[in-house]
Amino acid sequence: MDITEFYETFFEEAEELLGDMERHLLELDLDEPDPEQLNAIFRAAHSIKGGAGTFGFSVLQETTHMLENLLDYARQGELILRTDIVDLFLETKDMLHDQLNAYRNGAEPDPEVYTRICQTLKQLALDELGHGVGSEPEADIAPPEQTSDEAESPASGNTVGEDALEGQAHDTQAADANADADADTGWLHVVLLNVSDKDRELLVEELGNLGAVQEQHGDAARYEVVLESASSRSDIEAVMCFIVEPEQLDISAIAAPTETTQAEAAAASTVAQDDAPTPEAPAPAEQAKAPAEKAPAQAATDEKPANAAPGKKGGGAKKKAGGESATIRVPVEKVDQIINLVGELIITQSMLDQTASELDVDAHGPLVNGMNLLQRNARDLQESVMSIRMVPMDYVFSRFPRLVRDLTGKLGKDIELVTEGQSTELDKSLTERIIDPLTHLVRNSLDHGIEMPDVREAAGKPRTGQLTLSAQHQGGNILIEVKDDGGGLSRDKILAKAAHNGLTVSDSMSDSEVWQLIFAAGFSTADQVSDVSGRGVGMDVVKRNIQAMGGHVEIQSWPGKGTTTRVVLPLTLAILDGMSVKSGSEIFILPLSAVFESLQPSNNDIYSMAGNDKLLKVRDEYLPLIALHDILHIDGAEQDPTQCIAVILQAEGRRYALLVDDLVGQQQVVVKNLETNYRKVPAISAATILGDGSVALILDVADVNRLHRQRATPHKHAELTASRQEDVVS
Amino acid sequence: MSDMTQAAEAAIDTQSQEYLVFSLGSEEYAVDILKVQEIRGYENVTRIANAPEFIKGVTNLRGVIVPIVDLRIKFNLDKIEYEGQTVVIVVNVADRVVGIVVDGVSDVMTLSSDQIKPAPEFGETLSADYLSGLGSLEDRMLVIVDIEKLLTSEEMALVEQQAQ
Repeated sequence: MDITEFYETFFEEAEELLGDMERHLLELDLDEPDPEQLNAIFRAAHSIKGGAGTFGFSVLQETTHMLENLLDYARQGELILRTDIVDLFLETKDMLHDQLNAYRNGAEPDPEVYTRICQTLKQLALDELGHGVGSEPEADIAPPEQTSDEAESPASGNTVGEDALEGQAHDTQAADANADADADTGWLHVVLLNVSDKDRELLVEELGNLGAVQEQHGDAARYEVVLESASSRSDIEAVMCFIVEPEQLDISAIAAPTETTQAEAAAASTVAQDDAPTPEAPAPAEQAKAPAEKAPAQAATDEKPANAAPGKKGGGAKKKAGGESATIRVPVEKVDQIINLVGELIITQSMLDQTASELDVDAHGPLVNGMNLLQRNARDLQESVMSIRMVPMDYVFSRFPRLVRDLTGKLGKDIELVTEGQSTELDKSLTERIIDPLTHLVRNSLDHGIEMPDVREAAGKPRTGQLTLSAQHQGGNILIEVKDDGGGLSRDKILAKAAHNGLTVSDSMSDSEVWQLIFAAGFSTADQVSDVSGRGVGMDVVKRNIQAMGGHVEIQSWPGKGTTTRVVLPLTLAILDGMSVKSGSEIFILPLSAVFESLQPSNNDIYSMAGNDKLLKVRDEYLPLIALHDILHIDGAEQDPTQCIAVILQAEGRRYALLVDDLVGQQQVVVKNLETNYRKVPAISAATILGDGSVALILDVADVNRLHRQRATPHKHAELTASRQEDVVS
Repeated sequence: MSDMTQAAEAAIDTQSQEYLVFSLGSEEYAVDILKVQEIRGYENVTRIANAPEFIKGVTNLRGVIVPIVDLRIKFNLDKIEYEGQTVVIVVNVADRVVGIVVDGVSDVMTLSSDQIKPAPEFGETLSADYLSGLGSLEDRMLVIVDIEKLLTSEEMALVEQQAQ
């Protein structure tokens, strides 16, 4: 069996687990952590560790192992979580992600980063658990406990491994304890069995760090060390397990000579206390150095702990296999294939339907009934298949708490993130493409939108700014809003900047027109550039990306109250709500999202300009009038505009009226790529198959306008002053 | 260049190969049968605006949108009619499916390499680059078209060219 086959599954699963971990970490209420959440975080780390072990990703396994240990303390309430600890956990999570990616690309993770994070984690264990455990004197050094520990420990590599960090913690504590002449100092008899000279040296050195080595002798087969240490037997064992197997160790407590009389102990204590002030001063510095020195030794013995945890590996794997899986992983191509096939089925069904509708219902009752049933089933099938591709917006929103947290810290702002409508569903391919533009919008709001707490207070607003991300369905579209309660956009600043950039502006522009200016290419004001935003994609790229997805973006802003950016996207790219129109004998599909209204123009509303150019007046607005048959050279189309239907369309923020012969109907169409077998056609975005099996082309509303403008002379609205009565027929 | 290609092909195809023979007007053409996916009637073609005249449009081939090329227009034949005999040969070239309109399909023939003569340099209409050779079969002459080269060529405007 080739284990590499399962790599991809592991990577995907690990990625999801890391995602879960991050989400839970961010949601964690530090004052009152939910044990369930702590468990979930722990389980995620544990599962990754198990998988990493199975596949031999030792660095990943080691890092998760350390994290897991700390998490274990956290969930047992021994480690009190604080913001900076969560930050560190998050950082570790990022690091794990990097390691995962490295393995994914067939590379080894950066050892430096690994060493650094290990040190940081150890340091945390030292700082936190050192104090935490130190405050309660060694309960576990008591003889009864020890015996029970002794019986248990060799059997479970688990406990030993997990105690490793605690051991490290005691490390420092041991030093403290010695300085303070802690009464808990005990004597331990450590026996090393079958340990090589090199490893033994390391072990003895480690023991030296844990306490004072009083006596050592023996050979490779059996080496005995007598240690005076404040650390418990299991702590020492845990530390040693980085180097040797638990079986190779035998640690037992022996009676300490100093404990023979109280007086002696007291004397020793006094002496030690006298000595204490001198070593205590440099102690912190030494403490800081100690883990750094130890790190290489740890790194050198990396493989050992990997071997030491076989029991755990098995446990992890079992857990995975036994866990109920409510989802299955399927490649996207398979889903797309099903969607295509269902599309075919729908078309075949409508072709059959058309044929059947010509039959006499009385004579062919059962057939007609069957056709109706088929139609219903086919539609249901299509809906369910389409829903496979849909994922909740949570997929997108879930990455923002982290971003907000990181940025608020960096910017020194106080911002609360509110998400609404996470369950709103959107096509998977679109969710992936919306992440970048949304990230940019969120960064903008955080950086430029929401003010510093003091400024907010001065303006009479709560110190904590609020950033709201919301999603909701709106017809066949999804509406995503990024809303902040910051200072709003500065109209004057934008106008000045636009004028400076050579854009044509006037003070009489409406607000919404002014806001649109920031989407212009290169509109990144220099004084706004900061570490957080001002680099990366500009607003013009945001707009372009969103338009490429068939959506549009608009901004609303109120001075002092905040800014709302609204992104409207189609739910899916595979199906389109279309309006079929006829020109000559040809049928075209217009995306319904671009259609505003349709009307029959009267002669009074049509103005000509500069010769061939025609404008249509619709409710006091003059729109360019474009004849579809002109653009696409359609023969036999109606030439008289008043006999045509004008469909008012909007694309890329411009409106125009498209003249077609007739409206045929409104229907959902399956979008088929033209470029698969042909090439890009001007003014056409894709094709679809109609009920009769023929192909209809889907118009690219923006491109039609562009094509028209290429042919037309530039428009000037100035001369048109005539105002006539509206004559609109819808 | 074309000589070299033919020489190379001749070296590979010492054995005989099967060709689908079709007619354009009174001329007979042949294409490698392995490139042919299917043959179907000419129907329901949706015109594409602003495309070259010989691109008749696109049609629905079981859910796949397939462009239809009329080789008769491309080869400047006089009589172009769409009637019962008019068929579309659907070929699969360069991972694309393209339909070509021809006046009729006659048969499938096996040509051995010695029956294929090198093609002379032709005029502007059909460059020798797109020909594999001329098949001589008693009193018939088959123009063997390298359909893949022809359909992916820039002048057919079917494929987005790299340079564009």
